[in-house]
Amino acid sequence: MSATQELEFRDAIRDAMSEEMRRDKRVMLIGEEVAEYNGAYKVSRGMLDEFGPRRVIDTPISESGFAGMAIGAAMLGLRPVVEFMSWSFSLVAADPILNNAPKMLFMSGGQFGCPIVFRGNDGAGGQLGSTHSWSVEGLFSNVPGIKIVIPSTPADAKGLMKTAIRDDDPVFFLESERMLGMKGDVPVGEDVLVKFGQALIRREGADCTLASWGRPVHFCMEAAQELAKEGISCEVIDLRTIRPLDIGCIERSVRKTSNLVIVDQSWSFGSPGSEVAAQIHQRCFDDLDNHVHRVHAEDVPAPYAYNLEQEYLPNTRKICEAVRSATYNS
Amino acid sequence: MPTPTTDGNSAHDVHGGLPITRRAANRPVPSADLLRAWYRDLILIREFEIRCMQAYQDKKIGGFCHVYIGQEAVAVGCVAALKPQDPLVTAYRNHGHALARGMKARACMAEMFGRVDGCAKGKGGSMHMFDREHNLFGGHGIVGAQTPLGAGLAFATKYEDEVINNGKSSRVTLCFLGDGALNQGAFHEALNLAGLMNLPVIFVVENNGYSMGTSIHRGTTQSHDLSSKALGYGIDATVIDGMNLLEVYHGMKDVVEKCRRESRPAFVDMRCYRYKGHSMSDPRKYRSRDEEAIWEQGDPIGTFEKFILDQGTITQDQIKSLQKEVKLEVREAVEFADNSPVPPLSDLYHDVYREPWGKYSGTSEPRMYGGALNPPTFRATREGDGLI
Ligand SMILES: Cc1ncc(C[n+]2csc(CCOP(=O)(O)OP(=O)(O)O)c2C)c(N)n1
Ligand SMILES: [Mg+2]
Repeated sequence: MSATQELEFRDAIRDAMSEEMRRDKRVMLIGEEVAEYNGAYKVSRGMLDEFGPRRVIDTPISESGFAGMAIGAAMLGLRPVVEFMSWSFSLVAADPILNNAPKMLFMSGGQFGCPIVFRGNDGAGGQLGSTHSWSVEGLFSNVPGIKIVIPSTPADAKGLMKTAIRDDDPVFFLESERMLGMKGDVPVGEDVLVKFGQALIRREGADCTLASWGRPVHFCMEAAQELAKEGISCEVIDLRTIRPLDIGCIERSVRKTSNLVIVDQSWSFGSPGSEVAAQIHQRCFDDLDNHVHRVHAEDVPAPYAYNLEQEYLPNTRKICEAVRSATYNS
Repeated sequence: MPTPTTDGNSAHDVHGGLPITRRAANRPVPSADLLRAWYRDLILIREFEIRCMQAYQDKKIGGFCHVYIGQEAVAVGCVAALKPQDPLVTAYRNHGHALARGMKARACMAEMFGRVDGCAKGKGGSMHMFDREHNLFGGHGIVGAQTPLGAGLAFATKYEDEVINNGKSSRVTLCFLGDGALNQGAFHEALNLAGLMNLPVIFVVENNGYSMGTSIHRGTTQSHDLSSKALGYGIDATVIDGMNLLEVYHGMKDVVEKCRRESRPAFVDMRCYRYKGHSMSDPRKYRSRDEEAIWEQGDPIGTFEKFILDQGTITQDQIKSLQKEVKLEVREAVEFADNSPVPPLSDLYHDVYREPWGKYSGTSEPRMYGGALNPPTFRATREGDGLI
């Protein structure tokens, strides 16, 4: 075991960016308030001091402009990390991030790639209301050419961010404002990377597989603990990246447990959750004791009121109900 | 008929607008070799586009096809004012830019035909000409989308020169856009960013007076003086007669030199006219045949041809033989495209991601430079090629 260090989620991301910037001068950070303000959510704390304003760059509130600009820079060989204060604001940059970045390599016949990382807060939970609470994985996972990373722990956040920066394709890195203060043990070392497309079994179990990513992984862990008291043993899988998707890990688990509940905090219609369900139905049709169950955000705009928002999101209660329903006759 | 004018004095002038400053008369005439090469480029683009229109009618070319006829002097003059290592990015009306930059007619035509020998292996199409060797960073299909990309290319060249190599910014980026793109948010954000960050990018508006069927007066405020768009962002603006190759060249020389020296953005209102419809399906009901006839009298090729004949740079016979040569070259390009195989179906899953994973087979093209896990070297593959 290599040495570890306890870090907040935000600092794990910061350390990953800083280490990569020390290692490679092509890497720079750009976005609103990333430099002098030290990041709207303090993720880039201290980076301006270390790297200076040529490499840690404040922009005006022009998501379409600076996202497109960073893509142009990436085409020429730089490796920009672009911070969206929130992924909700990336929607005004939909054209550059969805129409330029993921298609450049393809439509240029391999001549121009786009080694870029877009990162920022994703998901509801802070009572930010309907416009600021997007879980953009629901939209963006539909688009080939992108890689989508949704870490659930500080250690993964660091290892996956380093992989993202070294990756040659556009990576969408989805953080959760709710988790930025979460602490965890993070391996020390510049070259501890977490590979894309490798799910992690966070808890082993025999009766039902819980597959999730990002913040809801923690709700799954709570639910698994609760359900254990009832004698239902859950296996919790943290996918970590949804493009590439480690469907094999879920498949192997479902062959063992015969039940699957997917927990996805984006809306259900045309979501990563529905994709995983479809693939598992196809791969494990004869292994399943029940249809795949899904727990999503409710199919309405995100509400403001605290109680409504809690009810809107996937939560431990809903996960337990889904697992009970999936396993009732096993 | 009144004489064609782009000076804003004619009832037929589609731009309206402030008078153009003329420069060519006070400048030394470029060398005869250069003039002849430019003439060849002009007629090559014209011939290429004519053959594209035919091939489109013959259903050899699919999708949208926007030809450049009438605007040839803009591409040729602008490219002539650049160095080969200066990045260039443009919109979908891009065949002329690609040819002027040095792309082979056969690679361009094969791309139009959707064949494997196209510049992008048939995956880009008419609107998306990319050519790494010639620093052409694409034709882009979404109106205005290339303007932030242009700012970003300039950001990258400057970053490489100044931050990575501790030197002085040495390259400029040329970003073409149509007058319709002036009304896109991306354009305004790009200008603000370029102004704020002192990026060496030149936004050249190919102001042909129309975006599809909308005349610039119907779609754009201050259409008589587009300079005001740039001045609002602290960027200097120049008006150039895009129907006259020498005006384009000398005007752009000044702009490029200043942009390179000061490492500051620039804006050019390049007055021109497209002779054909917006794309192949446009009956041009929104403008009069009279207006078109007047502009055709100011044909950039005719004007330039007369100039070089008057100069004694070229003889009628030499013109004839150049025309023949170009016709042959383009005919050969069409044959080449026609004989080039369609892309293999396996190409669908190629070039989606750099490295193979799952059903994706990665890409066989070399990286921009330095592998992700190799220490970056920033060594150019060719002298003057920068990051490529
Ligand atoms: C965002 C967007 N909206 C609409 C279109 C459809 N469209 C393609 S070209 C065009 C006109 C653009 O005119 P202009 O910028 O003047 O360029 P020109 O065709 O004259 O070269 C339109 C509306 C598009 N491609 N992108
Ligand atoms: Mg136009």
